Parts: sequence; structure tokens; C-alpha cells
Amino acid sequence: MGGLDRTVGQSNLRVVTETGWLSTLAVDTPDKLAERLGEHAYLADEGLATACFLALRMHRPLFLEGEAGVGKTSLATALADVLDAPLIRLQCYEGLDATQALYDWDFPRQLLHLRAAEAAGVTDVQRIEAELYDRRFLVARPLLQALETTPSVLLIDEVDRADDEFEAFLLEVLSDFTISVPELGTIRAEVPPVVVVTSNRTREVHDALKRRCLYHWLEHPSFEREVAIIGRRLPDATQRLAEQVARAAQALRAEDLLKPPGVAESLDWTEALVALGARELDPDLAAVTLGAVLKYREDQERARGRGLAAFVGPDGG
Amino acid sequence: MYLLRDATATMVGFARTLRAAGVDAGPERVQAMLAALDHLDVLDVHDVYWAGRLTLCGSEDDISRYDQAFAAYFTGERPPPMRSRPPAVQIVQQVASPDGQGDTGEGEETETQALATASDVEVLRERDVTHLSSVERDEVRRLLALLDTGRAMRRSRRFAAAHHGRLDPGRTVRATLRRGGETSRLYHRAHRQRPRRVVLLVDISGSMAPYADALLRLAHAVVRSQPRRTEVFSIGTRLTRLTPELRHRDAETAMAAASHAIPDWSGGTRLGEELKEFLDRWGQRGMARGGIVVIASDGWERGDAMLLGEQMVRLHRLAHRVVWANPHKAQPGYQPLTAGMQAALPSIDDFVEGHSLGSLEYLAGVICRA
Repeated sequence: MGGLDRTVGQSNLRVVTETGWLSTLAVDTPDKLAERLGEHAYLADEGLATACFLALRMHRPLFLEGEAGVGKTSLATALADVLDAPLIRLQCYEGLDATQALYDWDFPRQLLHLRAAEAAGVTDVQRIEAELYDRRFLVARPLLQALETTPSVLLIDEVDRADDEFEAFLLEVLSDFTISVPELGTIRAEVPPVVVVTSNRTREVHDALKRRCLYHWLEHPSFEREVAIIGRRLPDATQRLAEQVARAAQALRAEDLLKPPGVAESLDWTEALVALGARELDPDLAAVTLGAVLKYREDQERARGRGLAAFVGPDGG
Repeated sequence: MYLLRDATATMVGFARTLRAAGVDAGPERVQAMLAALDHLDVLDVHDVYWAGRLTLCGSEDDISRYDQAFAAYFTGERPPPMRSRPPAVQIVQQVASPDGQGDTGEGEETETQALATASDVEVLRERDVTHLSSVERDEVRRLLALLDTGRAMRRSRRFAAAHHGRLDPGRTVRATLRRGGETSRLYHRAHRQRPRRVVLLVDISGSMAPYADALLRLAHAVVRSQPRRTEVFSIGTRLTRLTPELRHRDAETAMAAASHAIPDWSGGTRLGEELKEFLDRWGQRGMARGGIVVIASDGWERGDAMLLGEQMVRLHRLAHRVVWANPHKAQPGYQPLTAGMQAALPSIDDFVEGHSLGSLEYLAGVICRA
């Protein structure tokens, strides 16, 4: 029985591949996809571009791990922009269950409908019952929304925060992109959504889920890439400021900190400096804006103890 | 066509190399890799690298192994030799059944006979595990394997049906619907109770070697009673996650797997650095948050005690409760004088022993009552 279902699913997948995303985008290599992402201010390196390319081609979810602030979540936003598709986000948390992730029945509306039918004097019980479990009384939560929206990008953020029971049914949805509602039947995605799953590794995600996905470990970007990212995201920042911030961020990462700054922090910091009208970074400016890049008291003390000039040398290192 | 067949064989061979290097590259992953290569250029080494890395790896740890195997397989570079030194502590031993008098063997002394009575178990309970005969040790192991550790609970965000508490609109309305729109009673809900996460850090350095076996067995008992909510690490000169190994139901199999996984048996201790690594990689991200963290160590710190002190403060801020088990605490006249112990003491909620069966049972009790 299971085997039969699988073959049906795969033949369906094949059809989708032929009419897939990338042909309409005229993207046939990872490099071209990286270019398109770049147009939407997301600079992906070779590995990440290949990962996205394969995720789109193979219709496999992309499983991203990496330090906080390396751009896991913003990748999903960028992919949605490239594909011109809505981004549907499911933020995971402990206790997340099917009624919040898949669908729920709209009880108050069902009740109103029942009362209205009563008031109108409808006596056909069968009909009322059939009407009660109609699609219009079904509230679609993110996973169902993503299956029903074509095209769409589904972001399942911080999956490690959800319980492991949740992973089991996520696995079910991500394997064949169907959801069965007992009262309605099976809802199948016409074209599977592009799925991005992120994890911060607070616990080990089950291997079965990872096996379904393409796994990518995101590193902090190189200096050149980080300068380029800052320049692309914040065009108001001077090239010199971008270079200084990137160099300082790289130096801080090499330092032994509780929370090394990610690209997100570099961007925050640059934004703060630009807001102050800075054209370049000096130790005094760094001292007053340190809270934008280091968010632990111990880390700030450590950086101050080493002397901020060490990170933001006037010569730029 | 020829090329394709050739490439497939090459890649399957590579997957085998990778498995030998310790990456769990099963058939499903290999198939995914071949499918990925379909979409890329088989002759481009970058494409091959990424197709393999994205599909065959499943965690950060896999990536360095992958890189080494890739270099070895495709460029003929020799990987650094794998660990071949056998674990210094022999853990797997045939357990002599305590009630089967006949099977204890011909060469054994006769004192081995009399272990089954309750009072003997009581005596055994208080004996230091390092002062046991081999049969007594087996009996202690058997009792440890039977140990049922309870679980500490905390309030969850999630609700469950309850007799009193807040009103449960969903159930109330559903019941009303079932009765054709008549509300006959109100339903209530209350927060559920969930088990707390337990993390055990077991020191397996030289000075703790005599106790490591018993402590790891206790860890196995805790894992078995709460497999999804317990994490076990060994600390010594390296931090090693032992949770997957200890998930095996059978104590002997689990201990064999764990002893094989630990690369630094009976080495030195760098408690501060290890604890820092644990907190950086796992603890701060959530594993230690609101959990019960048990450190089993004698506090002999070879590194910087200041660092240990700092990390203990950090741990104490994250965890619900910090328990320290020190087997040497049971010795008469023991004072926590080692630099490591001194630095750690202010951040410890429960300071317990852990040298005998009785004290290990007590430790299990502390964990579940915390």
C-alpha cells in the first residue's frame, strides 16, 4: 500500500520537475541562481547557491544550520523574492501542535452556521452536517497554507525548538506534500512549495527528517563577502565604513566571546553608525555603539578590556 | 551512458569510504546524492563536492570528516590516522549472574557465592565501588541497570484537559456542537506537566577512572528512563556526546558503544575548557536552559580554575539546578580544597557523593526531585 502511494507521489514529482521553477526563471546553473539572489541583495557563496539550486530542482527541503545571524532566515526571504512567491513562515516553539501548524476548524463560525440554519428552519440533518465540515470552515495554518498556495516559499524557522513529536508529522508533510483532513479528504500540493528549515542546534533534530532534506552548514562569510553584503544592504554606508565594520566583526569573531557577532549584527552596527552620520569607524564611535554588535555584558567588557582600538584600528589593520 | 555508469560506481565507492570515516551515509542519502548529481556537472569537482556534502552529511561534525574523506578519495591525500588505541578501561565483561551459583566458573574463589540476600545488598550499597570484588561489582552493575530514576517535572506551555483551571473554549464549543447547539457544561484546561531536561557531564579522566564505569551506568539508567530528555557527555581532555550510544536498552551494549566512542579515557582534565565548549555548543542554545545539569567529577582541574569558576557561574544562570557529584567527598575528612572545586562551589545547588551504589541511588533521587 505504502509502495503504491510512493510511486504515485514520484510520478507526480516528475511532472512538476518538468514544469518546475527554474525553467521559468531561466536558471540552469547554481551560479545563475546566485546572480538572481544577488539582485535581491542576498549574496550566496558557491555552496549555498548549489544547495538552493538543488532544493529547487529536486523539490527537497533545505535544512540550514549555523550560528545565529549568518543569514538562515533571510535566505528564505530572498528566495521568495527571486521566485516572486509569498513567504509563509512557521515559527516553531515548544508545544507547537497540529492545530497551530496545519489546520483548525473554525468552531465559532460553525456554531453560528448551525444557529442560522436552525433559525431558517432547516431540518435536513444530513445537509447541515455536510455543510459544517466545508472547506470554508477550515482555518489554514502555515503548512496547509503553503500547500494550497502555488508558488510559495515555506520557512520552518528554528525547528529545534518544537518537540520531537512535531518532527514526526512534519516529516509526513514534507515527504509527499499532502495533508489529510479526516472530515474533508486529502489536500495535495499542486506544486510542492520551496521549503527552508532552519535549526540552531539546541537539540539534535531527528535523522529521518534530515535525510529528507539537503543539509547545509552556514559559515560566517569571508571578509570580502561581508563587505559586499554590507554595501549591498546598506547603500548609505561608505565603502570605508563597511570595510572597517567587517574587519572589526571578523576580529571579534576570532575573540573568545559568548555570542560572536553574525552578519545580522554587522548590519545592525553599520546601520547604527550610518544613523549617527559616521563616515568611518573610530574607537569612540565604537564605544557608544557597541550594544548593536555585542549583546552580552561579559562580551562588551571583554572587548573593552582588550581595547576597542585593537578592533577598529585607524589604519584598518 | 558509459560515463554515467562509471560515475555512479565512483560515487558509491566514495560513500563507502565516507561510512568508514564515521559518517552515516546510508542508501537513502547515496540515492539523493546521485539524484543531485543529475542536476549538476559530474566532471566539475566543485559540483561533485557540494552534491555529496549537501546530501551525505547530516551535522556539523560530519563536515570535517567529509572534507577529509573527499580529499583522500578524489585527490589521493592520506587522511590522518584514525584513533586505534583501545579504550584504557575495559568495560564489557561477562556478567556473572548473582543467583546462578554454578556458572561463576571453576577458578573463582568461594566468597563469590553469597550475594543474594537483602542484608548483603545493604552492605554492598555503602561500599565504595573501587573496593569491590569482581562478583560484587557485577552485582552493583546489575542493580544499577535496574535502577528506575524518576523524572523531574516542570510546567509546560501546552494545555491539557483538567477538572478545574481556565475555561477551554475549543472543547466547550465542540461539545455544544455535538449537542446541537446546547451548552450543557463548561470544560476546563490547565497547563501540562513535562519532564525537565537532564544533562550529565561525566569526568572520565585518570583520577576519576575507577568511578567512570559506575557513573556511566547511572547515566545509562537515566537515559533509559527518559531517552528524549536526557543528554550525556564525557569530559576529560575532550567533550564527547554519548547520548546516542547510551540510548541502547541493554546496559552492556550501551557501555561498549560508549567506551568505544570516548577518545580520551584516563587522560587529564580540562574542566573549564570542556564546560565552556559544552555551553558554547549546546548549553546556551537551549540544552542547559531550565534543565538539571549534573557534573560528576573530582574537580581536579589541570587548566585554569578561574575559567572553570566563570563557566560554572554561566551554567548556573542557564540551568534550573546544578548538581555536582564528587566520589572523593565520601572520604572521611574530605574538604573541597582543590582549586577546581573551590572555584565551582559557589555555583552548585547540590553537592553530593557518588562513590557507592547507595550514593548513586541518592544522586538519582536528587535528579528527579530537583
